[in-house]
Amino acid sequence: MIFNKRVIRLVLAAAVAAAISGCSSTGGNPKDPYEGFNRAMFSFNDTVDRVALKPAATVYRDALPSFVQTGIGNFFGNIGDVWTAVNNLLQGKVEDGMSDVARVALNSTFGLLGLIDVASDAGLPKHREDFGQTLGRWGGEPGPYVVLPFLGSSTVRDTFALPADFFGDPWGYKDPVSVRNIGRGVRVIDNRASVLEAGDLVEEAALDKYEFVRDAYLQRRQNQIDDDGDQRVPNYDRESGVKPQEGKPIASSAELTNR
Amino acid sequence: MKTLNRLFAAFFIFAALFAGHASAQEAPDALIKRISQDVLDSAKADRAIQAGNQKRIQKLVETKILPHVDFQRMTSLAAGRYWHDATPAQKQRLTKEFRDLLVHTYSGAIAQIKDQTLQFRPFRASPSATDVIVYSQVLQTRGREPIQLNYRLEKQASGWKVYDINVLGAWLVQTYKGTFATEIGKGGIDGLIRTLADKNRTLAATPIKKARS
Repeated sequence: MIFNKRVIRLVLAAAVAAAISGCSSTGGNPKDPYEGFNRAMFSFNDTVDRVALKPAATVYRDALPSFVQTGIGNFFGNIGDVWTAVNNLLQGKVEDGMSDVARVALNSTFGLLGLIDVASDAGLPKHREDFGQTLGRWGGEPGPYVVLPFLGSSTVRDTFALPADFFGDPWGYKDPVSVRNIGRGVRVIDNRASVLEAGDLVEEAALDKYEFVRDAYLQRRQNQIDDDGDQRVPNYDRESGVKPQEGKPIASSAELTNR
Repeated sequence: MKTLNRLFAAFFIFAALFAGHASAQEAPDALIKRISQDVLDSAKADRAIQAGNQKRIQKLVETKILPHVDFQRMTSLAAGRYWHDATPAQKQRLTKEFRDLLVHTYSGAIAQIKDQTLQFRPFRASPSATDVIVYSQVLQTRGREPIQLNYRLEKQASGWKVYDINVLGAWLVQTYKGTFATEIGKGGIDGLIRTLADKNRTLAATPIKKARS
């Protein structure tokens, strides 16, 4: 574990205290019955991000040559592809799953242990699947929105899926433990660094950052499960009373071809 | 028989003329491709834009993008059922403030353009469709997942107009809907307008974050 027990206890205590103080306000969104708790957790995460994670990610981004960052991202991406392959197969997406297996095989060998993403150039695009998506594919309802300490936006379903993702992370078995923990830290910072610009945009676009992130996340999550989201185009006309248009949006059935 | 032939001939001429007229209006996917490639190329070629020159970016957005976006419709959809309660003056101000917010955010995105390229999914829509989606993605530097970027367009008398954008799987209108409802619940339409105006003032005072080199 990256945190020892005492730190975890302290954090949980702080989180619970924050949650209790935030419980009074609930906005009444049916998808977010725990809004009070979630808002408290959100601001807790936001603080952690502001004082620790974002500065670390910024230094990482500015100090390391970009090929090193790409290598690090690729390395952990390759490890993550193993669990993505399993989940694609579990979801019955055999073609994607086999493509992921081939990705790992290619990148682990010709890609020098995953440092170079040769598979993407060879026409095997990267996917990202976790067990929460698999449960969703199997028909599991997402349930209410939940903000987890450190991990951020989630749903009840995806929170239950987390132990499986934890189990399915090959890096979690890396010995010795010190290397494992350093790797985990680097992975977190690398992930954060990759969304620094996007985070700035959210700050600019959002009137209420919590609501903005929640409403975007829930859509994005559903979209990840549907793959490309062709099936769920919002029907605004019905709710706003605007005269319905002739003809519905037509999604092209053709798949994206990689270059 | 002769008259019938003549009638047919007239019909075909009409049909040909009509087809010619229809193709004169740019197809939605061609329109999106043209604008986004244009914006991408302009941003890549312009050092001032890369340096975060707010005026320059704003001008790019205003000349190249705004004519093809229907902000009124976008705002009305985000306001949902509250739109009907708004007075014409409120509708106009709300649309203006929402547009300014989106323009500013979009400008921030443009300032981050560096070495991205665009990829479009083959577009297929029935010729009679008036509401379509154009699917694209922004390819980033190697090793990063592409950013999904889809446009929803409506056919209007003056051509196709964008009225919703999907970024990374989330529709913009849908994402703002909740916030709009909350703000209107707190302070009515005027409250929402005030919040948007405040936000825009803050944004205008802070420089655009530029692309990292």
